[in-house]
Amino acid sequence: MDPLSWTGNIAFLDPLLFFALGLLALSVLVWIVLSAVLPENRAINVTGGSASLSSGPLVLAALAVKAAFLATSALVAVYLLLGIVMGTGAGIIGAMAQRLLPVWIALVLLFTLSILFKRKLGLYGKLFDSPIGMIGFALVMFWVFTGFFGAVDMIITHDPLAQLSGLKNKVPGTPLRSPEDGDFLWYLLGGDNLARDVFSRMVKGAWEVVKIAPLATVFAFMVGITLGLPAGYFGGKLDTFLSFLANLILAFPVILLFYLLVTPEIVQTGLPQFMAVVLFAFPLIFFYVLINARYRTQPQKNYLWLAVVLLPMLALYLMVVSAPGSKVDILPTALDRIDIPGGILVVFVSVVFVNSPTVFRIVRGLTMDIKTRDYVAAAQTRGERPWYIMLWEVLPNARGPLIVDFCLRIGYTTILLGTLGFFGLGLPPESPDWGSTINEGRKLLAIYLHPALPPAFALLSMVLGLNLLADGLREESLKD
Amino acid sequence: MGLFILRRVGIMILTALCLTFVVFFMTNLYPNLEKLAKTQGNFRMSDEAVASWLEKGGYLQSTPKKYLEWVGLAPSYQHQAEDGTITGRCITPGMDPKDAPRFCGILQGYWGYSSVFKDEVSSIVATRLSLTGILMFWVMLVMVPSALILGVLAGMKEGSATDRTLSTVAITTTATPEYVSGVLFIAIFSSSAVGLKWFKGTATSAMDSPNLENFLLPVLTIALYGMGYIARMTRASMTEVMTAQYIRTARLKGVSFPKIVLKHALRNALIAPFTVIMLQFPWLLNGVVIVETLFNYKGFGWTLVQAAGNNDIELLLGVSVVSVLVVLITQLISDIGYVYLNPRIRIT
Repeated sequence: MDPLSWTGNIAFLDPLLFFALGLLALSVLVWIVLSAVLPENRAINVTGGSASLSSGPLVLAALAVKAAFLATSALVAVYLLLGIVMGTGAGIIGAMAQRLLPVWIALVLLFTLSILFKRKLGLYGKLFDSPIGMIGFALVMFWVFTGFFGAVDMIITHDPLAQLSGLKNKVPGTPLRSPEDGDFLWYLLGGDNLARDVFSRMVKGAWEVVKIAPLATVFAFMVGITLGLPAGYFGGKLDTFLSFLANLILAFPVILLFYLLVTPEIVQTGLPQFMAVVLFAFPLIFFYVLINARYRTQPQKNYLWLAVVLLPMLALYLMVVSAPGSKVDILPTALDRIDIPGGILVVFVSVVFVNSPTVFRIVRGLTMDIKTRDYVAAAQTRGERPWYIMLWEVLPNARGPLIVDFCLRIGYTTILLGTLGFFGLGLPPESPDWGSTINEGRKLLAIYLHPALPPAFALLSMVLGLNLLADGLREESLKD
Repeated sequence: MGLFILRRVGIMILTALCLTFVVFFMTNLYPNLEKLAKTQGNFRMSDEAVASWLEKGGYLQSTPKKYLEWVGLAPSYQHQAEDGTITGRCITPGMDPKDAPRFCGILQGYWGYSSVFKDEVSSIVATRLSLTGILMFWVMLVMVPSALILGVLAGMKEGSATDRTLSTVAITTTATPEYVSGVLFIAIFSSSAVGLKWFKGTATSAMDSPNLENFLLPVLTIALYGMGYIARMTRASMTEVMTAQYIRTARLKGVSFPKIVLKHALRNALIAPFTVIMLQFPWLLNGVVIVETLFNYKGFGWTLVQAAGNNDIELLLGVSVVSVLVVLITQLISDIGYVYLNPRIRIT
């Protein structure tokens, strides 16, 4: 077997791509310089006094940027399409494009459906009016789909933990030395220090992030909302106390906190588990109050809803929190169906713990602002209970900033997870998550680049996508 | 104003006490102490031997009492052995127990003894902190001016080409954590695989003689991540100021655009970024830990990792006291500075 080159038979496209990229850079540069040098575009001409937009060099430059960008994107699309068709014939790029085929299909489906029905989809639909938001959403969903399909072993080419002989630190595109039947014949992005496939580990790493980061952010929001609403609404002593607690956690250097929470000695004392008991209870409290505030006057409906929502959640809560043989062992083993590996639980708890004070502060600030509005005064005059006002009047009206912050916070959580992996805290050492992989790869960075760079770029693009998505959402929600 | 500062300082001291207590509690949990006893004594100690070792060091008292002793508000523990010799925290070897001071804690300047570096914690923290101080100085020197320029240029004309490009740059840098940008920098500028080799991939030699070759990459790595955030805040504040009434008045009077930006807008636009810069310190501390580990620069962050990784309880406590104080003092400065800079609050 020959080693694969980066672009294989479609190498003839490379000069074209470089040319297009050069054009793009040049046009952006010209655009910036022109906009700094030229005076502002005045809508009203001095001579005639009539309103007309002049098509000066600035407009031309903006057009050039757009054209160059479109040309570059078109070329990238050609690469991907040819790659999907030709597979390894189109080199490493082609092979990767072909492996990622399920992701492309899912992305195309998602985008066509969303764009077709975007007027009926509320804020989510409006996202597709903003190019920045669309790029961000595409990046995020790319990694989400990669994570999902990777988790069911669809994209990966090899077992992410398997070490194949002769492939230690080998460059991208190295063929397997003695492939068996049904094996994929190359290490697409090379082998790492322990001769494992970098590409498969990167794909599996996406799943580590996709399964922890959004869920941890949701929990942090539950905690922040459940505490932030009363703090902002009632104020007074409660607010002082809760804000003091939040500031306490915020003043803590994050890495020190991680080191204190995640070391095996502390895990042995059961402290993270007790924290899980407290933190995981917040969704239960939140939904209890949410339903009870709404249907308090209709007991029948109230009990029905509470039973339907809370009982499964309670069962889930007990199963997650309880672990046989540890400090929190409340359920009999026969009932304890869910067993979260200790490391993941600790990581999850510490990430939620670090994130929730910030959410608390945001919710508190928003509540203090919104509670002065007329509709809150109207609800108070109607005689609504405080919790009803908080959850059914204030919270829905605070959703815009909260959604934007939610996106940003998932990105931040991803960075935190990477930090944990980078310091080798919590997750098992062979875990394919991006932080651990970067940490392993960096030790050999002077000689071999390929083990560290793919996870680094993956993390960068995912967080960038989330930030762009948040930016697009903010822009669109401000347009109302 | 005086009362305000007093109140803030009071809250700060309370916060510092709470935080150090939390750290103290968590580092003094029994498994940690057991590990300490085994690393200090020997690894095959029986449970009784561990207990007697801890008893001798006064580790088995209640946590609040130990905490007060450590802070220096309670007389420190003394252990009388069966042959009548008295040992204790305050008694250095060879000293007569009667001459030893009763109180020896943080307040008296006794920070303890590092079990890993075999040295006084206070001297370790001082040397490491000065090394990190140099790093932070250069980071600030690079980060703050470039972030402010970036933000002001972008916020000057909202929606212009400059704004869009610079905002994209700012978003990209905030999406690049230090361990990603550091790895990219090392890969591009110092590895033999790319072959540029302009800078060094480690900053170990920068501890003695920092120069461009060994210090630029770590400084740039930290500065880049913080820069995007400050730049975005500056931009937001600048765009807000540029739509204010008095700017429009100035424009209608025919004042030139550069003059409006420099004389009328800039001063008011820089109030918000000041707070943000100050509140970035806890963040920078994070970055410092990552970058010092990545570039092997043996400063404060590196010490934190070593202390935490090796269960060096007293050093870890010393490190956390300093970092908590740094964070709280910068918060205090930011609060006071905000009040002082903003005439609307200062005068009322």
